[in-house]
Amino acid sequence: MKEDLSDINAYKNWLIARAEPLTSVAAMLVDRASRIDKDIHAFAAIDAEAIVRRASRFEKKDGKGRLWGVPVAIKDNICIKGELTTCGSRILEGFRPPYNATVIEKLQSEGALLMGRANMDEFAFGSSCETSCYGPTRNPMDLSCIPGGSSGGAVAAVASGQVVAALGSDTGGSIRQPASLCGVVGFKPTYGRVSRYGLIAFASSLDQIGPITHNVADCATMLEVISGYDEKDSTSVDIEVPRYTESLSKGVKGLTIGIPSEYFTGGIDKDVSERVNEAIKVLEGLGVKTVDISLPHTKYAVSCYYIIAPAEASSNLARYEGVHYGRRSPDADDLIGMYIASRNEGFGLEAKRRILLGTYSLSSGYYEAYYLKALKVRTKIANDFNKAFDVCDCVLTPTSPTTAFKLGERMDDPLKMYLSDIFTISANLAGLPAITVPCGEGRNGLPVGLQLMARPFAEDVLIQVAHAYEQKR
Amino acid sequence: MSYSEKYETVIGLEVHIQLSTKTKAFCGCSTEFGASPNTHVCPVCLGLPGALPVLNRKALEYSIKAAIALGCDIQQKMKFDRKNYYYPDLPKNYQISQFDMPLAYNGRVSIILEDGSTRDIGITRAHMEEDAGKLLHAPEEDSSYVDLNRTGTPLLEVVSEPDMRSPHEAHEYLVTLKKTIKYLDVSDCNMEEGSLRCDANISMREKGAAEFGSKVEIKNMNSFKAVKDALTYEEERQVELLEDGEKIAQETRQWDEKNNITSSMRTKEETQDYRYFPEPDLVPFEISRELVKKIQDTMPEMPGVKKDRFRNEYRLDEKSADILTAEKDIADFFESVVAEINDPRDVSNWIKGEVLMHMNECNTDIRGLNLRAADLAKIIRMAKDGTISGLAAKETLSACIDTGKDPADIVKEKGLKQVSDESELEGIIKEVISRNERSVNDFKAGKENALSFLVGQVMKLSKGRANPKLANEMLRKKLL
Repeated sequence: MKEDLSDINAYKNWLIARAEPLTSVAAMLVDRASRIDKDIHAFAAIDAEAIVRRASRFEKKDGKGRLWGVPVAIKDNICIKGELTTCGSRILEGFRPPYNATVIEKLQSEGALLMGRANMDEFAFGSSCETSCYGPTRNPMDLSCIPGGSSGGAVAAVASGQVVAALGSDTGGSIRQPASLCGVVGFKPTYGRVSRYGLIAFASSLDQIGPITHNVADCATMLEVISGYDEKDSTSVDIEVPRYTESLSKGVKGLTIGIPSEYFTGGIDKDVSERVNEAIKVLEGLGVKTVDISLPHTKYAVSCYYIIAPAEASSNLARYEGVHYGRRSPDADDLIGMYIASRNEGFGLEAKRRILLGTYSLSSGYYEAYYLKALKVRTKIANDFNKAFDVCDCVLTPTSPTTAFKLGERMDDPLKMYLSDIFTISANLAGLPAITVPCGEGRNGLPVGLQLMARPFAEDVLIQVAHAYEQKR
Repeated sequence: MSYSEKYETVIGLEVHIQLSTKTKAFCGCSTEFGASPNTHVCPVCLGLPGALPVLNRKALEYSIKAAIALGCDIQQKMKFDRKNYYYPDLPKNYQISQFDMPLAYNGRVSIILEDGSTRDIGITRAHMEEDAGKLLHAPEEDSSYVDLNRTGTPLLEVVSEPDMRSPHEAHEYLVTLKKTIKYLDVSDCNMEEGSLRCDANISMREKGAAEFGSKVEIKNMNSFKAVKDALTYEEERQVELLEDGEKIAQETRQWDEKNNITSSMRTKEETQDYRYFPEPDLVPFEISRELVKKIQDTMPEMPGVKKDRFRNEYRLDEKSADILTAEKDIADFFESVVAEINDPRDVSNWIKGEVLMHMNECNTDIRGLNLRAADLAKIIRMAKDGTISGLAAKETLSACIDTGKDPADIVKEKGLKQVSDESELEGIIKEVISRNERSVNDFKAGKENALSFLVGQVMKLSKGRANPKLANEMLRKKLL
C-alpha cells in the first residue's frame, strides 16, 4: 500500500494499515522527504536522527492523539528544544533553544511527528523564500518559480507532499501568500489566538503562528490544536477556543460576504481577478449574499507596514551580536568591533535593509513623522474593517495580486517584492484572522488563492466559508 | 559678596530602587543576591529568541505601594516601552522600561532643612523597569565576564523635580526617600549593595534668574556621602567656571571617589538616542482602582505619623522617638517589648543604647540580631526588680544575642543573680576590709572616694553579683 499524505485522515488510515513501528515510519518519511526535496529545498536541513528519536517517544502512545504520527513541517523560526533553530540566518548558527515553543508542546501532546526545519526568508524578511542563508526554496508547481515567502519552505513541504501539514508564521502574509502561490490552504489566526512563545520574533505586534494544510478540514484540526491562551505570552488572549472542526459542516446559507473594491484594482493579474470572481459566483450559488464594501485606507497598508514591522524588527534583532549565543566574529579587537563584525557577517542584505529602515524610523526627530503616524494609520485600517463587519460576516479578496513569479525576478527590486503582500498585510495590521484557499489556476498553470478575513476571533466563520467553497469548487 | 549669595544651586535626583520581590520582573527566576554567576537565569531574562516577558504582579504591587507612599498619582493606564541600547550586560540590547505612560506622576518627599524647617521636594514621576546584569572585568586576562543573575530584577525609578538647592538637601532627600521606602518593606535600599542607585543632575544659576543653567549629570556615586561629596565638588567646579566667565558644558560626568573629583564621561553630542517605542510583547495595563485601594489599605503607618504617635502615646522625647522610628523594624520591636513590659522609657533606653550598640557591632539590623522582644522584656524586668544588676543585665543581653538562650537560664548558668542577702555578702565584705587596709584607713580619715573603691572590690570578688547598694550600706556600717 502506497503512502498517502494527501490529508490527515488519509494518512492516518494508511498509517494504521501499515501497522509498523512509528520509528520505522519516521525513517521512511525522512528518506522520502529527502528524495523529493532534492529539487525543491523546502527544508533548510532535515535532522533524521532527531525525527526518529522523537518518533520513538510517541511509539507507546500508539494511535493516541489527534495528530499521532502525522508529519508536520516546522518553520525554522519556531523553537524546538535542543534542535537547531536559525531563522534562515547565519547569525543564529549553532543556536539550539533550551525550550519548546508553546505550539510545539501542543503539537507533541497530540502526537505529531515534528519535521524540522522548513526553509524561510531570513528572519521572515521576504515574500519569495530567496533570502535564506541556506539558499532558495522552489515552487513545487514550477521549479523555475519562487514558492512565495517567508514561510516558503513550510508551504513547499506541504505542497510537494513531503508532510501532511506545516506550521508557519505570518507577519504580513508570510503564510497566506506562499500558500496561495503553491496551491494549499494557509491560515493566519487572530493576533492573540495562538501563543507566540518560542516563535523567534520578527515584528512582535504582527507575528502569528498558523497552519498550512492540504485542505480546510485539516486546517481546522491544526488550528484547534495550536490555539489557546498561554500565560507565557502576555499578548495571547484568554477566550475560549471553539471546536473549529464543528464549523466545517455548518454551510454558508445566510452569510454575507463583503467584496472590497480596493482589492480588485491596480497591479492585479487578470487571471487572479477572474478566478476570484468565479469563486464569488460559486459562493453565491451556495446561498451567500455578497455586498460591495470599501476599505478606504487599504492603499496605505504597505507603507504603514514597512514602518512598523522594520521598527520592531530593528529592536527584536538587536540581541544578535555574538555576545551570548549565535555567531561571533573572530575578527574583532574590541566590543564594538565584535558587534559590527558579527552582525555584518551574520545578517543578509534584506535583514540589514530592514534593520536600517527600522532604526531610522524610531530615531529621535523621525519617530513622530514615521512610527507614530504609522500607528495612527494602523488604527484607521482596523477601523475600516470594524465598519465593514457591520454589514458582512467576512471579507473576500485575492490573496496575492499575481501567481508565483520567477526565481530572482524581484530580488533587485525591494519595492516590487514588498508589493507582493499588498492584499495580506492589512489583516496583520488589524489583527484579524485570515485564510487562503486555492481557487483554480492561471493560464500559466500556477495556483491562484482566495483570501477570506473575519472579525477578531471569528476563525470559525472563515473555516465554515472556506470549507463550503472548497467542497463545491 | 560670597558665591553662595550670588549663585543658586539646582539639583534633581534620579533614584533607582531595586524591588525586593522574590522573583524577577518578567520571569520566574530568583532575585537572590550572591548566587554563583548565571545560575538565576532562564530563556526570558537571558533574552533568548522566542522567549517573552510576563509582568510579575508583585513587582507591580510593590511599585504601586512605593508610589503611594511618595504621594504620587497612580495612573489608570500604563504601558511599557523598549529603551534600545547596546551593552553586554543587557542581553536583549533593549531594556524594558516606561517612557510616556509611566506608573505614576506628581509625588513629593518632605525633607528637613538645615534650619529645622521642612520643605517638599517634588517627584516628577515613578516608573517601572528591569535591571541589567553585571560585567566582571579581568584585565589580566584581557577579557570581561558577564553575570546575568541580576538581569530582569525589578526596579522603580523615581525622578525628582529640580527642587533641591544644596548637596545637603539632596542628601536629606535620599535619607528620607530611603526611610520611606524601607518602611514599606518593598526594597532593601542598600546603596552599597546596589539596591538603591542614584544619578544626580546639577546646574547653577544666578540668584533670581528664571532660567536654569546648563545641566550636568553625575553618575557612579556609591553612597549617600558620595552623592553629597560629588555635588559639593561639582557646585564648586561650576561656580569657578562661571566666575571665570566660562560656560558650563551640558554633559555627563562620573564621580571618582578616590580622587574626590568628577570627570567628563560624554558630552551632549554623544548622548545616546534610545529610540523608545511601545514594548509590543506586553499589552498596556489598566491599573484598577480596586487594586490601588487594596494596596492603600495595607500601607503601614509612615515614619512621621509613627514618630508623633510615639511621642504622644509613650511620652518619649523627640530624639528618642526619632531614633526608634527611623526603621520600621526597630519601631515594631520597641512596641513588642513595650507590650510585654509596660515601661516605654526603660525600653526606649535599652533599645537606643544596648540593642543599637549590638546591631552596630554585628553590623546587622534588628532582624539579624535574632533578639526576641519577650527576652529583652525579661532582662529589663530582672534588672528592674533587682534580680540582676545593671551590669549583669548587659551581660545577659549579650549572651542572649550570642546564644539565643532564655535570659533566665543565662542568669542561672552564669550565676548572675544579684546577692542581696546580708549573710551571703558578710564573708566577702570581711575579706575586702582585711585586704585593703589603706583604703579602709583613708575612708576612716574622711576620704569618701575610698568607699567607692571598696564597693568596687566587693563587686569584683562577687563577680559582679553583689547588690552594690547593699554592699555600700554594709561597708559603711562596718567601718564607721
